[in-house]
Amino acid sequence: MMKNREEKTIFEISSEGRKGFRFPKSDVQSAEIPDELLRENLPMPELSEIDVVRHYTHLSSLNYSVDAGFYPLGSCTMKYNPKICEKAARFSGFSQLHPLQPVETVQGALLILYEMQEMLQEISGFRACSLTPAAGAHGEFSGVKMIAAYHQQRKNSHRKTMLIPDSAHGTNPASSVMCGFRVQPVNTNERGNIDLSSLAAFCNDELAGIMITNPNTLGLFDENLVEAIDMVHQAGGLVYGDGANMNALMGIAKPAELGFDVMHFNLHKTFATPHGGGGPGAGAVCCTERLRDYLPGPIAGVIEPASDEMPPLYGWKTPERSIGQIGSFWGHFDVIVKAYIYCLMLGRDGLKRVAEFATLNANYLMHALKADYPLPYDRICMHEFVLDVKWPDAPDIRALDVAKRLMDYDFHPPTNYFPLIVHEALMIEPTETESKQTLDQFIDAMRKIAKEAHEQPDLLHDAPVNTPFGRMDEVKAAKDLKIAE
Amino acid sequence: MMFIPHSDAERDEMLASIGIKSMDDLFEAIPKKYRFPKINLHEGMTEIEASAQLKEIAEADLSVEDVSCFMGAGAYHHYIPAAIDNLISRGEFYTAYTPYQPEISQGTLQGIFEYQSLIARLTGMEAANASHYDGATACAEAGILAYHQYRGKRKKILVSPGLHPHYAAVMRTYLENFEGVHVEIPEFKSLDSVTPQNLADLIDEDTAMVMVQYPDFFGQLFDYSEFAETVHSKGALFCMSVNPIALGLLKTPGAMGADIVVGEGQPLGIPLSLGGPYLGLFAAKKDLIRKVSGRIVGETVDNRGQKAYVLTLTAREQHIRREKATSNICSNQGLNALTAAIYLSLLGKEGLQDVARLCYDKAHYAAEIINKIPGFQVINSTPFFHEFVVACPEPVSEINEHLLHHGILGGFDLSRMIPSLQNVMLIAVTELNSKESIDDLCRILSGEDNDEES
Repeated sequence: MMKNREEKTIFEISSEGRKGFRFPKSDVQSAEIPDELLRENLPMPELSEIDVVRHYTHLSSLNYSVDAGFYPLGSCTMKYNPKICEKAARFSGFSQLHPLQPVETVQGALLILYEMQEMLQEISGFRACSLTPAAGAHGEFSGVKMIAAYHQQRKNSHRKTMLIPDSAHGTNPASSVMCGFRVQPVNTNERGNIDLSSLAAFCNDELAGIMITNPNTLGLFDENLVEAIDMVHQAGGLVYGDGANMNALMGIAKPAELGFDVMHFNLHKTFATPHGGGGPGAGAVCCTERLRDYLPGPIAGVIEPASDEMPPLYGWKTPERSIGQIGSFWGHFDVIVKAYIYCLMLGRDGLKRVAEFATLNANYLMHALKADYPLPYDRICMHEFVLDVKWPDAPDIRALDVAKRLMDYDFHPPTNYFPLIVHEALMIEPTETESKQTLDQFIDAMRKIAKEAHEQPDLLHDAPVNTPFGRMDEVKAAKDLKIAE
Repeated sequence: MMFIPHSDAERDEMLASIGIKSMDDLFEAIPKKYRFPKINLHEGMTEIEASAQLKEIAEADLSVEDVSCFMGAGAYHHYIPAAIDNLISRGEFYTAYTPYQPEISQGTLQGIFEYQSLIARLTGMEAANASHYDGATACAEAGILAYHQYRGKRKKILVSPGLHPHYAAVMRTYLENFEGVHVEIPEFKSLDSVTPQNLADLIDEDTAMVMVQYPDFFGQLFDYSEFAETVHSKGALFCMSVNPIALGLLKTPGAMGADIVVGEGQPLGIPLSLGGPYLGLFAAKKDLIRKVSGRIVGETVDNRGQKAYVLTLTAREQHIRREKATSNICSNQGLNALTAAIYLSLLGKEGLQDVARLCYDKAHYAAEIINKIPGFQVINSTPFFHEFVVACPEPVSEINEHLLHHGILGGFDLSRMIPSLQNVMLIAVTELNSKESIDDLCRILSGEDNDEES
């Protein structure tokens, strides 16, 4: 009999009259509140501090995390999150700054923002950068909206088609629609590149642009990239870069030199800031000279240049034709501080090594696994690769089963069922922070699972069994819909 | 090598197993012309060096912990109980990804379920999502929901001039590419004119949603119960943007008849951090929940019969629906939602009432004595929460500069967002402002310090 790992909710453990925190007695007289403005009851839990601490500590023990083990989740770049970044971001001079303080009182913070913008520009080759986007999808929205504003400014509002390769993240088409574009998918060819004849069919005067993830979600550097970008530019379109996979490119190639016009970075992927169980991340957007006036603002800039005696004065600047404000304040500063420290510590050579070793690790895994698992695109990959779990002699086994079984071997599963063009996709991204020993253990587990799939398929269908919880009834969750108690 | 564990020997062994000779061979798919560009950055630093550098940079900033802070305007300085940072610093929470594998993510999932429950209870609504980026984008997402609710047939999103100007700006940014939609915001004339009555006159049959803020940007409190009836009588949705601390005391949006409640969750234990990351609250009536964007966690059972939680209604979201999704949002503010849940659990029923009461009483005390200073006048004529508007005898920037010399971060200069409000300050007071610090503020505003300074 397995131990029951259910955890009561905070409402179930609540006990009337308990307090977990006390405020000092008021030192002013009580002010009158009209009765009609008072709430009737406040159905909040009543817990002591130790109740709360134990509850959340127990909950934490039900999570898998990068700190606990290998997390090869494709397209998510689950690399190690350095602890110094957490510590420094908590310095009072960063964490305790009001967003509306006079700029003279936040010169340190503005310096960090300014230098981070400069570093991202140097890494990517772009000429301008805004750190305001809160997440990758938010950066996409900003960048695509900049493309819309650019065409509008040139009285080219008829340019309404946004091309999106069929391997793209779902956020790409969703962001395009929010910016008023019509989405047109572009095919991927048998080598995993953009199909140029499919692309050519849409290079007309309705073309607004294309959103390209490079390396693409198959983990491949698109061999047609430069030509595809050129075709789009020739047709008057602009090229958006989804920077989700930038971990493979730092110091290897600059997106701006490859021809991209605007791109977002995921600081929570490439620059090692933690994923926080689903956020917050940060999605800086960078662009070329011709799009810089459209960036979302405000942006950190020098408002008074340095003199002999004084350092420069940093302040906020909003670009002339900015697409506008996209969030309550100036972006996810706390996340940016962490990314900044990471960049400082790695420096120019370190950042290049990140891309090199992320790529080495992925190729090492891919090479070791391709004898046991179908590999749809068999060429040197970048930082990740995709397997297609379709064995003719084990037809009942799906990618999901392999993913679930991996948990029994204490690994987090890879991304599954993405990209959509590989039907039984397992998308594996090891990142550079994993050692050869860890990769070897993973290879060993994957080989055992391939063997089990053929000899004892029920081990996969029933998996996971060594985890705190088993497979979920997803249908019940949606049908009986209980989302609060 | 920093954060890369490989020895040279391991690297060579791995290259050999792949069947290539050097690291450079991994990148042959990249056209030679673009391969290995020069990156003009400094050399890397050790942890000791980086830590020292960051410490020095941080010292150039003025932390609100080192002053007496009267600045609010959308971000509030509250005490953050020590247990919070301790719990959210657990690697099991902050180094996990989105809980796509529920068997090994119940900590995050149950945390979100409890967060959703707490927000629903606090706002008096039936349901809440797992959060949006911040208060402003939550407002924008509410506007998009309303647009879809009426299938684009109602074109007007009516916004109170009492909504935070940044939130209004973000709503405009988000909604301007939706065909025909216009975000209508009556021009700010005077504080007296920012009332539900004045807004009610502008609601028509083309209105998809009406958005108000509670307490509004100027701290004003109104009972919107009747207003909600007016909105509904025109067939529109009613959305309220709230300050969650105020709801420890005040009538809930649910009780007033709101259809959607959004808000900035930062006051719930999240540090100011120069404006982010914060937490976009989003709650709604149950019949709207399938139209709400963003992640939602629901209760279910696993195959061992244990009660458990999963991401649910995912067919709404971009990774499934792609261009047909109503929003591109992918993430939620996971760790900040957890922070808010821990904050609300720790404070609980009594603590939340206490903090709201302290904020209310202290703000009213401050307003009362500031109003007595010659040349200063409190303009609010209705009850207010957290903050209030003060007409000053001089430009606010000059007053604030003076206050700063005395270790006081003064109120927000409203002319920075509303140009017609020259010499007008928005002063915020929380439980962290002692009576003594409020008295000090008044002493300096009244010029009693002039002798000392000269």
